[in-house]
Amino acid sequence: MNRIRALSTGFQTTVQDLGRPGYAHLGVSACGAADALALRAGNLLVGNAENAPALEMTLVGGDFEFEADATIALTGSDFGAGLPLWRAVEIKAGAVVRCGPTRAGARCCLAVRGGVGVPKTLGSASTHVLTGLGGRPLRAGDVLPVGEAAIRKPRLEAVRPPESIRNPVLRVTSGPQAEWFSGELYQAAYVVREESNRMGLRLRGPAIPSPPGHMLTEGAPLGAVQIPPDGQPIILFVEHQTTGGYPKPANVVSADFWRLGQLRPRDEVSFELVSLERALILLREQEEWLYTLV
Amino acid sequence: MATIRLASDRSLLISFGEAVPALACRQAARLTRSLEGVRGILNLHPAYASVLVEFDPRVRSHAEIEALVRAECGVGAGHARPLAGETACPTKERLVEIPVRYGGECGPDLEDVARHAGLPPERVVELHASASYLVCFLGFSPGFPYLDGLPPELATPRLPSPRKRVPAGSVAIGGSQAGVYPMDSPGGWRIIGRTPLALFDAQASPPALLAMGDRVRFVPIPEEAR
Repeated sequence: MNRIRALSTGFQTTVQDLGRPGYAHLGVSACGAADALALRAGNLLVGNAENAPALEMTLVGGDFEFEADATIALTGSDFGAGLPLWRAVEIKAGAVVRCGPTRAGARCCLAVRGGVGVPKTLGSASTHVLTGLGGRPLRAGDVLPVGEAAIRKPRLEAVRPPESIRNPVLRVTSGPQAEWFSGELYQAAYVVREESNRMGLRLRGPAIPSPPGHMLTEGAPLGAVQIPPDGQPIILFVEHQTTGGYPKPANVVSADFWRLGQLRPRDEVSFELVSLERALILLREQEEWLYTLV
Repeated sequence: MATIRLASDRSLLISFGEAVPALACRQAARLTRSLEGVRGILNLHPAYASVLVEFDPRVRSHAEIEALVRAECGVGAGHARPLAGETACPTKERLVEIPVRYGGECGPDLEDVARHAGLPPERVVELHASASYLVCFLGFSPGFPYLDGLPPELATPRLPSPRKRVPAGSVAIGGSQAGVYPMDSPGGWRIIGRTPLALFDAQASPPALLAMGDRVRFVPIPEEAR
């Protein structure tokens, strides 16, 4: 059996898969990879099922030693590992994949053929950092077994990566309280604040006036743009609370969820309102790109 | 009567009238149960008077999910018809008793709640433990019950600034709502006691002690038993 030893873990490295949907009625958010597109692509490239657990590094990557020969793929942002991104790479027993500070967006995914073989909690290996559900972020010295999630041959030749990671425009559809607002969200650029994490991306910019309407706590989906009383938008991210009481003028489209995972503190973003039909076309195009990797 | 709104490109928000909170909450619970396990539905987020239905947009369209919801609760008929199962098999309310150590180290805000209510702390405990609460929904964090039924005298505003760490099992009041923190987490509600019961255990089946529609009573743990 092959094993991965974390020699260092950078800023924050966690085991992630596509999360644990199905428990929101118990207050458990779906969690999962911050850049699910990178995770799915990485898994497809090494020949895994697309939801196999992989390592997700944040801002600064770690050093990972492989005990035996392995097939890996690095996807998402370039963390300076000196290996080609967006393709499967074969490495030898004892090799160390050394990652450093990001050269692009916030996250880099290290997928390994077979997947990371950690136990699942509520059907998923995803680490919910805030509650500890599914485990904790990696520490130097941790040893992780490689699993048996490979289902087809790896893809060793280069593929076309997804469109630029550094696109500052987030496409959104109308949220449930869109009519409470008058388009203020679309009139300025916002900056990602340092306090952002897997729960939410906190933005700073021109304050959006709080509408007077009465708001009862209701369910909130991934990518919801909430306006709290201080008028500074918060985008709900993978570890978000399942319910919330702030009005939501907009919701990031599914095809741009991965971009949220690539946003770094101090990055600038703006919002573009699109129709539901357009959002679904964007998603279909993304899915088509993904399946060219198989 | 329910309304259906677009929440995102993968979800719809179904809201029930808020005039009768206990009724709206039951409607939300019933719709949640009737949609559980439906193909393509990923997550159901019930709340006081609504259900957010999240689905896989590659498998289901908004129109399909909307039709399903309309069929389940007769939206647009002006009067919600009973949902499947409601008349056929009236579910008996489950009563869960939650033992609580009130005050002291376990309930650092009991004195403040008493002062706000203008009552002695013993009377606050008596009132809190004499009420019957309805579990409206679980939200915020894994297993956190939003309880309806707090005696109005005990309503207390949240802390001006939330605590960084509220211990697991903390029995709390937030405005006119009551709840229990299932795990260590930040929180701004007033803590009046603590239960030794585990409200959430990921290894258990089901993982949450409480479910929507349950009745809850708090039972003081006598001093001598501590």
